[in-house]
Amino acid sequence: MTALVFVEHDNAEVKDATLATVTAAKTFGDVHLLVAGSGCASVGDAATKIDGVSKVLVADDALYEHALAEELANLVIGLADSYDAILAPATTTGKNFLPRVAAALDMAQISDIIEVVSEDTFKRPIYAGNAIATVQSSDAKKIITVRATAFDKASAEGGSAAVETISAAAGSGVSSFVGAELSKSDRPELTSAKIIISGGRGMGSGENFALIDAVADKLGAAVGASRAAVDAGFVPNDYQVGQTGKIVAPELYIAVGISGAIQHLAGMKDSKVIVAINKDEEAPIFQVADYGLVADLFDAVPELEKAL
Amino acid sequence: MKVMVPVKRVVDYNVKVRVKSDNTGVELANVKMSMNPFDEIAVEEAIRLKEAGKVEEIVVVSIGPKAATETIRTGLAMGADRGILVEHDDEIHPLAVAKILKGIVGEENPDIVLLGKQAIDDDCNQTGQMLAQLLGWAQGTFASKVEAEDGSLNVTREVDGGLETVKLNLPAIVTTDLRLNEPRYASLPNIMKAKRKPIDEKTAADYGVDATPRLKTLKVEEPAAREAGIKVESVDELVGKLKEKGLI
Repeated sequence: MTALVFVEHDNAEVKDATLATVTAAKTFGDVHLLVAGSGCASVGDAATKIDGVSKVLVADDALYEHALAEELANLVIGLADSYDAILAPATTTGKNFLPRVAAALDMAQISDIIEVVSEDTFKRPIYAGNAIATVQSSDAKKIITVRATAFDKASAEGGSAAVETISAAAGSGVSSFVGAELSKSDRPELTSAKIIISGGRGMGSGENFALIDAVADKLGAAVGASRAAVDAGFVPNDYQVGQTGKIVAPELYIAVGISGAIQHLAGMKDSKVIVAINKDEEAPIFQVADYGLVADLFDAVPELEKAL
Repeated sequence: MKVMVPVKRVVDYNVKVRVKSDNTGVELANVKMSMNPFDEIAVEEAIRLKEAGKVEEIVVVSIGPKAATETIRTGLAMGADRGILVEHDDEIHPLAVAKILKGIVGEENPDIVLLGKQAIDDDCNQTGQMLAQLLGWAQGTFASKVEAEDGSLNVTREVDGGLETVKLNLPAIVTTDLRLNEPRYASLPNIMKAKRKPIDEKTAADYGVDATPRLKTLKVEEPAAREAGIKVESVDELVGKLKEKGLI
């Protein structure tokens, strides 16, 4: 059996979520990767080195520069015949295009898997992670998005896969890219950071996130936020950790002024160690925290920064 | 223009769901049900497009048990014009839902199908994209802003790296994210008025769709519980513990 894994990238580097997806794909046997992008030769090269991969398909075409769902889907649909499983990381890119592939093949998609039980049986969270369903697929091919935090990353080195250049599929012409406002930061990305410090509604304002930033700079940490902080406009949407934001599982997660709504816990409760700083000792976040500090964050966070 | 808004009846987002003791699913008996919050945002956005003079008619569609009529009425009370209930009592998954919706699109010919990016029960995040593929339409998923122009839509999307804007030829599919808008509450007069708005009743068979799920749920379990740890008294004690563990 052979699995095709969609490589998440920015036309320069392979994103870590890809490595976890490769691990999940190994269950199916042989693993091929698909790099679709524009000017993405460096991504193709890096992909050949990923451990456990036997072939890398590279479609380098302007059509794929912005990963439009309609175009990615057409490309993958054209390749599907050769594969028993098609997997993508459950990123906003993977979630965007893969259901189109499943629909075109008249097959179900299994979203956001956290465990491969066997070649046709998978575990996935439902109800914002409040329940875990074990589902069995009767379709001929398994179309899957993978929750990256639930799988170990395949090594990015040690592989020596062959590259096969493939041509672009016909363009659909129904949508076009207008522009993007992507957050620029020197800090690590939330989904691959070893340490994350997140702020919630308790931060009170966007300016006060400077307190969090200062600690993050000392720790080399990524900065996140709860939905409440994003909805209040303190920080942009891409900071959001939670069921409908990013799912993270760092070595250390520091939650500051976050009460711990189910929605938020669903996005971070698999972190190795959780620290909560909150002045309300009844806050639900303390029920999942390894170390809880009941304190006013406006005292505790500057003190923490000094102590590091 | 005409907008179709598919809505799903789900366990209310304030309900703490419990897994059934026989592990066949979650407890749904005597649990408050509501419109999926992302779908409520979709209804609201459709109404705003109508209020802005871009849209003439809003059709709300639900696929589910008879009780989903209430969910449609909620959309009608918010300001939608009429409803379609596709009565289906058994479990139904996104692919079959998308096929039924395709059948309805064939009859209704909407310019835009606006729906939630995911339902908060099965968390699949598939239906809009699948429908777009089945129809050969463009899609703008996870929308935080929708601007209607002549013959096209500009949709700003919440993506992992920030925001992205795409231009979609019409007809098109838009799926909503949390920050697109804040849905209104229906006023009492509008709730009364909604009772007189028409709701057509259909079944999956009317659209020639076999709604048998391709995925079988073998069991549903509680997630592994995380034990609460300890309270520390000071920042110094916290830093000491984290250093002890080699975390910082």
